[in-house]
Amino acid sequence: MAERNDELRDNAPSGPIETAWDRHRFDMKLVNPANKRKFDVIVVGTGLAGGAAAATLGELGYNVKAFCYQDSPRRAHSIAAQGGINAAKNYQGDGDSIYRLFYDTVKGGDYRSRERNVYRLAQISVDIIDQCAAQGVPFAREYGGTLTNRSFGGAQVSRTFYARGQTGQQLLLGAYQALERQIQAGKVTMYPRTEMLELIVVDGRARGIVTRDMVTGKIEAHLAHAVILGTGGYGNVFYLSTNAKGCNVTASWRAHRKGAFFANPCYTQIHPTCIPVSGDHQSKLTLMSESLRNDGRVWVPKKKEDTGKKPSQIPEADRDYYLERKYPAFGNLVPRDIASRNAKEVCDEGRGVGPGGLGVYLDFADAIERLGKKAIEERYGNLFEMYERITDEDPYEVPMRIYPAVHYTMGGLWVDYNLMSNLPGLFVIGEANFSDHGANRLGASALMQGLADGYFVVPYTLGNYLWSERTDQKPVSADHPEVKKAIADVEARTTKLLSIKGTRSVDSFHRELGKLMWDKCGMARNEAGLKEALERIPALRAEFWENLRVPGTGAELNQSLEKAGRVADFLELAELFAKDALHRRESAGGHFREESQTPEGEALRDDENFSYVAAWEFNGVGAEPTLHKEQLDFEYVKLTQRSYK
Amino acid sequence: MRLTLNVWRQKGPSDKGGFEKHSLSDVSPDSSFLEMLDVLNEQLIEQGKEPIAFDHDCREGICGTCGMVINGMAHGPQQLTTTCQLHMRKFKDGDEIWIEPWRAKAFPVLKDLVVDRGSFDRIIQAGGYISVNTGSAPDANEILVPKTEADRAMDAAACIGCGACVAACPNASAMLFTSAKIAHLGLMPQGQPERYSRARNMVAQMDAEGFGGCTNHGECEAVCPKGITLENIARMNRDFVKGMFIARQEPKAQA
Repeated sequence: MAERNDELRDNAPSGPIETAWDRHRFDMKLVNPANKRKFDVIVVGTGLAGGAAAATLGELGYNVKAFCYQDSPRRAHSIAAQGGINAAKNYQGDGDSIYRLFYDTVKGGDYRSRERNVYRLAQISVDIIDQCAAQGVPFAREYGGTLTNRSFGGAQVSRTFYARGQTGQQLLLGAYQALERQIQAGKVTMYPRTEMLELIVVDGRARGIVTRDMVTGKIEAHLAHAVILGTGGYGNVFYLSTNAKGCNVTASWRAHRKGAFFANPCYTQIHPTCIPVSGDHQSKLTLMSESLRNDGRVWVPKKKEDTGKKPSQIPEADRDYYLERKYPAFGNLVPRDIASRNAKEVCDEGRGVGPGGLGVYLDFADAIERLGKKAIEERYGNLFEMYERITDEDPYEVPMRIYPAVHYTMGGLWVDYNLMSNLPGLFVIGEANFSDHGANRLGASALMQGLADGYFVVPYTLGNYLWSERTDQKPVSADHPEVKKAIADVEARTTKLLSIKGTRSVDSFHRELGKLMWDKCGMARNEAGLKEALERIPALRAEFWENLRVPGTGAELNQSLEKAGRVADFLELAELFAKDALHRRESAGGHFREESQTPEGEALRDDENFSYVAAWEFNGVGAEPTLHKEQLDFEYVKLTQRSYK
Repeated sequence: MRLTLNVWRQKGPSDKGGFEKHSLSDVSPDSSFLEMLDVLNEQLIEQGKEPIAFDHDCREGICGTCGMVINGMAHGPQQLTTTCQLHMRKFKDGDEIWIEPWRAKAFPVLKDLVVDRGSFDRIIQAGGYISVNTGSAPDANEILVPKTEADRAMDAAACIGCGACVAACPNASAMLFTSAKIAHLGLMPQGQPERYSRARNMVAQMDAEGFGGCTNHGECEAVCPKGITLENIARMNRDFVKGMFIARQEPKAQA
C-alpha cells in the first residue's frame, strides 16, 4: 500500500543510467487488458502532456475523463510553441547521441535537475518523433523525403525537428486528433469549458476532483482511481507573460493545499526576445523566436541622451553592441538567461529605448546588407510580419525593439521518477511538474518533455500504481465525507468571491500583483526586494478578499468569476515564490540573486549549500511552509561554472 | 481615439439578444481589438454592470479561440489576421463599430459573443486523425514524404479551427474547415489507408451538425486568418466522390 512520500524518495532505479528505464519498466507491474477497463482515471489539462496521456490511456483501455478550461482540447497553450522539438535521432550524423542530449539538458539546467529523469527524457525523445510522424504531423522535410533539422540554443548539433514556425500547434493537433479518436471510441469522456477547483483526497490518496462547468456554473465531483495533472505553468503570476490569458496555477495550487509539495517555485524562465510593452492597456506579451538572434545584432546607445533619437541618427561609434562586447565567443547567441539579464542591466542604466525606456534594439541592417532582403525574408518573413502587425514598425527599415518577458516556469509540483507526487495517486506531467529542466530550460525541450511524460512515461507508471493498489483501494462513493466537504469548500469559495462586492476589478489586482512580482522577483532578485515583496503580497491578498468586485452570479457563464478564482490562487502562490527565492541565496539558471555573482557579474551557484530540490509543504495561508529537501547527486555529469565568454 | 461601439449582448442560448451601444474615449491606437474590449469591460465593472463575455486565450493568433464579426467581417477588416492580432490603428478616430458573434445554426450562442463550436470537435471525431496507437510507429525516416507534399499538407494543417469560415459563409458551411483536415491527412502517405472513409465520415458528420453546403462564394477563403485555400474543398470533393464508389460501408455520423 502506498504511503505518502514526504521523505522525497526519488524511486529511481540504481545501477547504470543507460539501462535504468528498461529495468524499471520490467520491474513495474502490468495491468492486463481485461482489467484495465475496471480503472477510472482523471486527466486535467489537454495540452501536449495531458492530451497525449488521455489519448494513450484510452488506447490502452482505461476509462478516462479529460478536462480542460478551453472550449476545445485543441486550444491548450502548447499550441503557441514556435521553434521545435529536440530529439537525439542523430539523423544529421553530426555527433548527437542520447548521452549528449542528456548532458546538454543537465548542463543547460545549471545542474539543478535529477539525472535519471533527464536521461530517460533523452532516451524517449527518439520515440516521440516516430509517433508524431506516424500521426501525420507535417514536419519539415528534405527533398528526398527524410526529416530535416535545425539547431537551437545551448547545443552544438542540429537535433531540433520542426513544422515551420508552428511546431507546437502541429504536435498538439496530433495529440488532439488521437484524443478525439478515443472520444469517438467511447474510451475518453471529454469535459471542455470545465475547470478543476479542488482535489479530493481519501485515505491519503488522490481520488478525484471537484469541477465547475463554466457555462452553467454547476459544481460537481468526479471520482477515479488516480488523478493526472497536466495543467501547465504559472507564468501568469506576473500578469504579463507569453502565456495564454487563461493559463493558471489553480489545479496545481489546489493539489498543493491538499498536501502535494511544490518544488522550486522561484525557477522562472525569462525569454530575451519579446515585443516590449506599449502601454497600460497591455494584456499579454508576444514572443519572437530565439532564432532571430542568429542574424540580428543587439545594441543600445552608448549615451543616455541618445535614447530619444531615431536609431538611424545614432552613428556606429555611439552604439554599444553590449553582448558582442562582453561575450566575444558567443556574442548575440548567449543563452536566454544571460541575454535577458544584460538587457535589463542596460535599461536600468537608462540606456533603454522605446516607451518607458524598456527595450533594446535587435538590428538586421548588417544581415540585410550581407545576405540581401530576400534571404532575410525567407528566414524570418512571418516573424517580421507579426512584429509589424503589433508595433506598426517595419523591421526591414528600422531595428526591432525587444525586451525580456516571462515565458516558462521550471518549478512545479514535486514528482518522483514515476511522475507521482508525494501524494499517492496524484501524477503530475509536463510543465506542471518540476522535474527535468533544473533551473533553466533549453529551447525546444518543453515540447519534448510534455510528450515524453504523456505518451511514454505516465501510461507505464500509472499502471504499476493502479495494480499495486488494487486491493487496498476501496470504492469511494459520492456521499463520502471528503467528497461532500470538497464540494462544499468550492461552493463556499465561489459564494465568497461573489459576495465581497467591493470596488476593484479582478484585473486591477492581477496587474498590481504582476508588477510587484516583476519588480521584486523578476530577472534579478535581492534580499531587500524579496523581503519587501513578502510584506506587500499578504497585504494585497487581504485587500483582494475585502475589496474585490465580481459582477454577475455563479450559475452562468461568468468570466470575472473564473478570473477571480485564479487570481486568488496566484496571490497565495506569489508568497511561496518569493519565500523560495529568498531562501535560495545562490544564483542558478533563471534565478539570479544579486548577492551571488562572479566578479564579472555572472550567475554564481553554490553547490555546497544548494545542490538540492526545495519542496515546500503547505501549512495554511499565511503560515510558514515547511521546507523538504531532495539532495541532487551527480554521478555522470561534472559540475562546472557555465562560461560563454 | 474616440469610438462608438454597438456590441451584441445575449444572456444565454434561449435569449433573443440585441445590440448595446457604448462610447469609449482615449483608446490607444497601439492596443489590440481585444485590449480595447478589456478597457470597455473595466469601465462596465466600475459602473456596476456586467462585462461583455467573449472568447480569447493565446492572444497571438494561433489558438483559434477568439473571433467576432466586426463591421460585418469575420475577424474584422485586416486580412490574414485573427481578432486578437487586429490593432486599433486600423480604425479611425470617431468610427462606429458593430460587433457580433459568429452566427450559424451549428454554433449556438452561449452568451454575448461566446459561441459553442463543439460541432468542429465532432467533425474531427468522425475521422480527422490517423489511427495509430502510441508505441506502434516505425522509425520516422522509414516513411518518406516528398517535400512538396509535406509543404502542401502543412499549408492545410495551419487551420486554427476558429470558425471564421462558417461565420462568413452565406450558407454557414464548414467545408473549408473540414476539407483542410481531409487535405492535410490525405496528402501524406500516413493518411492513405483511411483516406476515403475519412472524407465520407467527416462530411456526413458535417451535414449532421447542420452546416450548409458550399456554393462557391469564396467568403471563407477571404476571411481565413491562416490563408487556407478553396483548393482544399476541391480535394475533399474528389476524395468524397471516389469514396462513394469504393465504399464498403455506409458513412457514420453521431446524432
